[in-house]
Amino acid sequence: MLIPILCNSDCFSNRFLNKSRLYFLMVAGLLLFGNISLAAPYLPASADEVLERLPALANGSDQQLRQLQRTLNSDPKNLDLAIRTANRLIEKARADADPRYYGYAEAAVSHWWSRPQPPSGVLMLRAMIRQHRHDFDGALADLRDVLDEEPRNAQAWLTQAVILGVKGDYEQALNSCRMLKRLSSRLVAATCSANAASLSGKARQAYQYLKDTEANSDEVQAQLWALTVLAETAARLGDNKAAETHYLQALALRQRDVYLLGAYADFLLDQNRPADVVSLLKEDTRVDGLLLRLALAEQRLASAALPQHLDELQARMAAYRLRGDNIHQREEARIKLQLLKQPGDALRLALLNWNVQREPWDARLVLEAALAAGEAAAAKPVSDWLAYTHMEDVALQRLIEKLEQR
Amino acid sequence: MRYVLTGLLIWLSVAPALAHKPSDSYLSVEIRQHAVEGQWDIALRDLDYAIGLDDNADGQITWGELQRRHDAVAAYSLAHLTISADGLPCLNRVTGHLVDKHSDGAYAVLRFAVLCEAMPRVLTIRYRLFFDLDPSHRGLLRLQYQGHTQTAVFSPEQPERRVELATPSSSWREFTEFVKEGVWHIWIGYDHILFLISLLLPSVVLRDERHWQPVMHFRRAFFEVLKIVTAFTVAHSITLSLAVLGIVNLPSRWVESAIAASVLLAALNNIYPLVSKQLWLVAFGFGLIHGLGFAGVLNDLGLPDGSLAVALVGFNFGVEAGQFTIVSVFLPLAFLLRDSWFYRRLTLGFGSLVIAAIALFWLLDRSLDMGWAASVNAVFN
Repeated sequence: MLIPILCNSDCFSNRFLNKSRLYFLMVAGLLLFGNISLAAPYLPASADEVLERLPALANGSDQQLRQLQRTLNSDPKNLDLAIRTANRLIEKARADADPRYYGYAEAAVSHWWSRPQPPSGVLMLRAMIRQHRHDFDGALADLRDVLDEEPRNAQAWLTQAVILGVKGDYEQALNSCRMLKRLSSRLVAATCSANAASLSGKARQAYQYLKDTEANSDEVQAQLWALTVLAETAARLGDNKAAETHYLQALALRQRDVYLLGAYADFLLDQNRPADVVSLLKEDTRVDGLLLRLALAEQRLASAALPQHLDELQARMAAYRLRGDNIHQREEARIKLQLLKQPGDALRLALLNWNVQREPWDARLVLEAALAAGEAAAAKPVSDWLAYTHMEDVALQRLIEKLEQR
Repeated sequence: MRYVLTGLLIWLSVAPALAHKPSDSYLSVEIRQHAVEGQWDIALRDLDYAIGLDDNADGQITWGELQRRHDAVAAYSLAHLTISADGLPCLNRVTGHLVDKHSDGAYAVLRFAVLCEAMPRVLTIRYRLFFDLDPSHRGLLRLQYQGHTQTAVFSPEQPERRVELATPSSSWREFTEFVKEGVWHIWIGYDHILFLISLLLPSVVLRDERHWQPVMHFRRAFFEVLKIVTAFTVAHSITLSLAVLGIVNLPSRWVESAIAASVLLAALNNIYPLVSKQLWLVAFGFGLIHGLGFAGVLNDLGLPDGSLAVALVGFNFGVEAGQFTIVSVFLPLAFLLRDSWFYRRLTLGFGSLVIAAIALFWLLDRSLDMGWAASVNAVFN
């Protein structure tokens, strides 16, 4: 009887502790969200203050594109014009790695986009935009429809091969590449096949075959792709000297390619040459994937620029999360693992990403995160899959061995 | 077409590259007591794409260029946003233009007042900005209302959000929550119970000369109890309200000690009666002090901003309900036993003595801040 009688204000504090903790979490959540979306609006001091630099419209092809868009605006139901404009916008999106242009491309064909059976030109565009948004199954469905109607559409076969490769379905990817032999240039078909073969146990043969084919070609765009595949294959085989040579050959073509820059930066990081990465990428902070590699290099150099770049990366990831997009999972996993040293979170993201994409880097992130988090068992789906595909990759092999010693 | 455009083919080799940022705007709507306010951050790049900001076409947007286009920016943006209160569209009036930097560049910040016919119960926001130019554009909404924040994403597929404000269910939930707290407080607030019981114990008997005589009719006992309970209730409601509204503010140590003293005096009064006729006056006087004690509890709970009245009435209602339960058990029992030795000696006499002893313990503990109650608690736990 005495105990409850003597229970006064202390009982209350216990009872309401949970409530106050909840309030605290709510407030913390607000502050976090506030930070991301609404920083601190201000009034610029002078009318001359430059607020924003627009993407260059300097060159002739950009001005042509603007002109095309204007014409389309006055005639939005012109299918040919719409497809031509959208194709140019997707080219621009890929060249600048700027996702807004995918949206503009979708707008160009919006009149047909949601129809039950869009014209095949629109389906082709929709597949490429869906590929960008990581809706791989939606993209493959669109491509099947295009190919049912136009079995000689090289563009569709190639896009299909690329997506199947990203998903890790190398056998089907090779089938699609085979169709290209009679529909496109020899080097394009060879690069397509060599890429898929090099990832499924035939890296040496693929490398030699592609090297020979590339030597006899003068198509700049196809060469760029072929040299990138050659460099990546050589690096996976452990021939760093050959890889370096091919990367430099590709860069010497002077075609700006975000993918090539990212792949070469990764190669340099693996060679522990962070200073070279900084000089390669210091102007490319607008592209998330390149900013990530720059920050990784700056981390190794203990550079003063790192905190700002890291903040920027995290703000961009947060912005993607607010939108509900998941196309940043690979980059986010890598930020958590390598920049922030949070292997647990990194492993979760890497495994989510693994359900969508299965390129060597996707496998590598799972293995590295599992190793760092001390959760070797979590890497089993990836190690099983690597054994199944016979993928040759010295970096992945080293990680597997380390995991097996655990 | 034997060969396809090589340029296009080659870009296909890249795995989906990630870059820049897709287009987003940040819409923040805050609902205050008598006003709805908005802030809308829109990327300069997107505004330039839609209505053109770069007057001199040098690839740069300066503050001066943006200022010259402020009217156009406001007109274009607000034409793509409809906020309605209970189905009637409100008027959005611009109150200021600022600039902010987000992760992907500079944004125009549009501040506006939302003028509605009446404070809405259902707020509907319809968002269509840029969807025609870029279907991958998203509007990220943050809505603040009474300390709560809701977020939502507008897309071409989901351009509209309906937000129920001040729904009866939510304030009803708040009300019942506070009723529960009131009942709970009476139930574990032994000082209040013992005070009430001390006052009620003599209600079924009459002081006659120096002896207790049982009252003859239940009616009489009932009205005696009613008077006491009503006086106590009115008194503590008054001080509870005054204290919660911040009009009266006394140190809690003083209040708690005074509550202990009130229990002590009420119990001693049953042993050496000083007041035996107008007990309701005693109940009223000390009730004022108990009300201050309730206020301390209610403040500890954390009061909701916009619904103080709901909290106050709810908590008080809970306290009354708890009291009523205690009284409705006490009165019939006491009335039945009033004529027995058990009631008059053991309950009224010895019971009051025990209550007085406990109250004295509280009084010393609270007024001298001895921490006895806490240490006894610790031993028994």
